[in-house]
Amino acid sequence: MFEWNTVWHFLFADPNHLFLIAAWRTLWISVVAQLCGVILGLFLALMRMSRFPYLNGPARGYIWFFRGSPLLVQVLLLWDGLPRIINNPNFLLPDWACILVAFSLNEGAYMAEIVRAGITSVDVGQMEAAKSLGMRYALAMRRIVLPQAARVIIPPLGNEFNNMLKTTSIASVIGLLELTGTAEVYGSQNFVIFELLIVATVFYLLLTTIWGYIQSWIENRLDPNRTIKTEIDQKSWAARMLGFGSPRPGGAGTLASGR
Amino acid sequence: MSVQQQNNGSSREMVRAEKIVKRFGNLTVLNGVDLSVKRGEVVVVIGPSGSGKTTLLRCINHLEKIDDGCIYIDGELMGYREKNGRLVEDSEANIARIRSQVGFVFQRFNLFPHLTALENVIEAPIHVLHEPRAEVTERALALLDKVGLADKANAYPHKLSGGQQQRVAIARALAMNPKIMLFDEATSALDPELVGEVLKVMKQLAEEGMTMVVVTHEMGFARDVCSHVIFMDKAVIVEEGTPEQIFEHAQNERTRNFLGMIS
Repeated sequence: MFEWNTVWHFLFADPNHLFLIAAWRTLWISVVAQLCGVILGLFLALMRMSRFPYLNGPARGYIWFFRGSPLLVQVLLLWDGLPRIINNPNFLLPDWACILVAFSLNEGAYMAEIVRAGITSVDVGQMEAAKSLGMRYALAMRRIVLPQAARVIIPPLGNEFNNMLKTTSIASVIGLLELTGTAEVYGSQNFVIFELLIVATVFYLLLTTIWGYIQSWIENRLDPNRTIKTEIDQKSWAARMLGFGSPRPGGAGTLASGR
Repeated sequence: MSVQQQNNGSSREMVRAEKIVKRFGNLTVLNGVDLSVKRGEVVVVIGPSGSGKTTLLRCINHLEKIDDGCIYIDGELMGYREKNGRLVEDSEANIARIRSQVGFVFQRFNLFPHLTALENVIEAPIHVLHEPRAEVTERALALLDKVGLADKANAYPHKLSGGQQQRVAIARALAMNPKIMLFDEATSALDPELVGEVLKVMKQLAEEGMTMVVVTHEMGFARDVCSHVIFMDKAVIVEEGTPEQIFEHAQNERTRNFLGMIS
């Protein structure tokens, strides 16, 4: 008999906030791993695009390995394999560290390709114009190319983070009690595993939905059509309801508001 | 007719190119080109498509590497330095430093689309020359005013017409207080009715004594403004001289043919 009462209890009436805590774990692991992945991916992309073989070679190899093998295998190699590989059975990473490292390294490989696509999408004339003004590569990249590449990078980045929120369920394999792990452990102890999986699903949906709104808000901010800042803000209903980016009174006020 | 006043400082060479060779694969785009531009001089480079004019300009500020020869900007070797008697690629910092003294105006404007007109102009002085923002902003607004765009300071490039964008690009280059300005077919991507407003700005610059190298198809501009005309064809300089010598008494048949075709 499927117990809807149990679902209800764990969704709304759990005094121990079991799933709220689990959702928090899922969230912070995702955020930290994604952040590390983006930073790693940025450097990998720049290395990959370098004309020097000693930079682009390692980057290619890295991306090849981490995109070419399953994340689950990478996690297990780090968790169980590493102590044996380095022949030191006492060397055990804590489960969260193991998950963060594996997820970040894996995500870095995917982000590298996304960042590379973003940088490639920016007209070469932009880099030339920056250089003709005396900018060095790093400055031109940071001030001119990457801000433009961001428009192309953000949508797939949002997709990656959405994926990341759900991929954290792999952490349950090594006993980290995030949403899926919590549902499995408490569910099998109390014979309500499917009830708790439903609860976990609701929390996943909640997280991904909220992220969806945040993503569309970010994309709105980067919209090339958002030009002169007095333009009518065309925010989605939900974005307005959640209170993001209310139109700024006064409008055109970046620099030189004296104009 | 030259508008330039010859004065004592004018013998200083701002650009000197010696026997430049540039190849793209098997194609030789520049085959032993010499160039000398003195301070305050306005040199116009004309010639048919594919003659190497644009490449010559891009070589001057090292947007293209050269395969042979040397280029000096105000006496400094551009893009290379001597090491054990051979020329090797110069450091990035040094190339950037020399480039910051050379303004370049692109055919396709290449304004930074994520920045307003004003932000485009102040970007490099702030981040390359490390000048104080308030000071740069003041200078930038004066420059935008000079090119007739004081009211567009807060507009993003894609809200501007081609002519306006090119004038912002000129202001952006001028904000670095360059020693020389290079114009790469600055009016070729513009609608005909917008060409005049850009040429007017360029003419004004020339009259103020700016040293300029201008690649153009605007023969009227060449005739009225410049002090020296270079005609290029098939990777070499075919003929050069005063506007009068080139436009009225061209010696070479290729020059006469080219001028005959476009006028």
